[in-house]
Amino acid sequence: MNVSVSASVFAACKPWSRDQIAANAARDIPEGWYVNVGIGIPVLVPNYVPPEREVIIQSENGILGMGPEPEPDKINRWLINASKKYVTLLPGGSYMHHADSFGLIRGGHLDLCVLGAFQVAENGDFANWTSDKDDMPSVGGAMDLAVGAKAIWVLMDHTTRNGESKVMRRCSYPLTAPGVVKRVYTNLAVLDVTTDGFVVRDLAPGLTLEALQDVTDAPLRMAN
Amino acid sequence: MSTGRVMINKIVQSMADAMTGIRDGSVVLIGGFGSIGQPNALIDGLIEQGAGALTVVANNAVVGHTGLARLMEVGRVRKIICSYPRTSDPVVFAELYRAGKIELEVMPQGTMAERMRAAGAGIPAFYTPTSAGTKLAQGKEVREFRGHQCVLEEAFYGDVALIEAWEADRWGNLTYQSSARNFNPVMATAAKLTVAQAQHIVELGALDPEMVPTPGIFVHRVVHVPYGEPMVT
Repeated sequence: MNVSVSASVFAACKPWSRDQIAANAARDIPEGWYVNVGIGIPVLVPNYVPPEREVIIQSENGILGMGPEPEPDKINRWLINASKKYVTLLPGGSYMHHADSFGLIRGGHLDLCVLGAFQVAENGDFANWTSDKDDMPSVGGAMDLAVGAKAIWVLMDHTTRNGESKVMRRCSYPLTAPGVVKRVYTNLAVLDVTTDGFVVRDLAPGLTLEALQDVTDAPLRMAN
Repeated sequence: MSTGRVMINKIVQSMADAMTGIRDGSVVLIGGFGSIGQPNALIDGLIEQGAGALTVVANNAVVGHTGLARLMEVGRVRKIICSYPRTSDPVVFAELYRAGKIELEVMPQGTMAERMRAAGAGIPAFYTPTSAGTKLAQGKEVREFRGHQCVLEEAFYGDVALIEAWEADRWGNLTYQSSARNFNPVMATAAKLTVAQAQHIVELGALDPEMVPTPGIFVHRVVHVPYGEPMVT
């Protein structure tokens, strides 16, 4: 993998934007699911759940039934999400303290958690809290969410800024949790994690499987 | 004529009274998530009181130069235990940490909350799947339950908890505002001395008993701090 291969692959197709990655994931969330969204691209996901579909968003700082960003003149200064941004509470929403919030998370009550990551591996391992060089590791709630939610989806860019694959045979960074990721949405593809490795469900417009493989560390195959 | 009867009254009249007895080297649990629900007036009171070499437990390593950041900046914090030091603007912490003047222990957020809950609930230790198979489980006892690797975590006790509430009465019953609840109720249960700042002091009986997240048994001192709205995040 190198910058020039990566650059040519990106130039030959139309990679999805951060918002499109979020929209791709939002489209696949069924009505009635309870979902926690992490910081980074995942925080955009609720914006793309169709308004007629009821999906209940949890924020680990004690909010169940979180709504969108408030109008500028209607901000509740006491109400923020995990990214420390102002949010709203939907009718039917509720507050809880941190031990109850993480009890809910760890206790297997969430249908889905959508997280960002540095790397995801074909065995479902992922890494999103520290690189080895990082002097200020920050785990937040990621390790609790990773083992608690019924499904973990990762939303991230397919490669680093230097063109290195983030979709790996094995993670090189310290793990957040082993073997938990079920699906990955990147700017180039949508991938399922199966017992036989990554299966490609969708490709960015104009991208071929061969070109995707050129910028991906792990072996890939198309879904039937 | 006085009957000599002394009613319970946890509401103290000065910040100095609220901070009495906090010693050097204390483990101080500080509520809040980001700047929301962080008891800044109590932290300023602790700075004034003078205790140092503190171990502080808080979710973030703080923003800007107020509240917990100021406590660090004036050199009172020996160690911070938190889940997420990398907030948007951790200027004070970052400088002290890189200069080796403060120790950092990173703990998963849910494990941090549950260790304090356990302390308050008389559970000395528990097994959790969180962090199993990762660097943060190194050196800890691991056992399999129901097919999952689980890590033994001990209860985490505070000497002091400083928390922020919305309403309080003289028995120390507390309510909170929106997401400012966060770590405050669980920290209140886990410390030998819990001090709350509250925006509103209400009469006994005024709080709806169905809506009291922190019953007064967990609270030892209450200070009235009607400061209005939190600063913009």
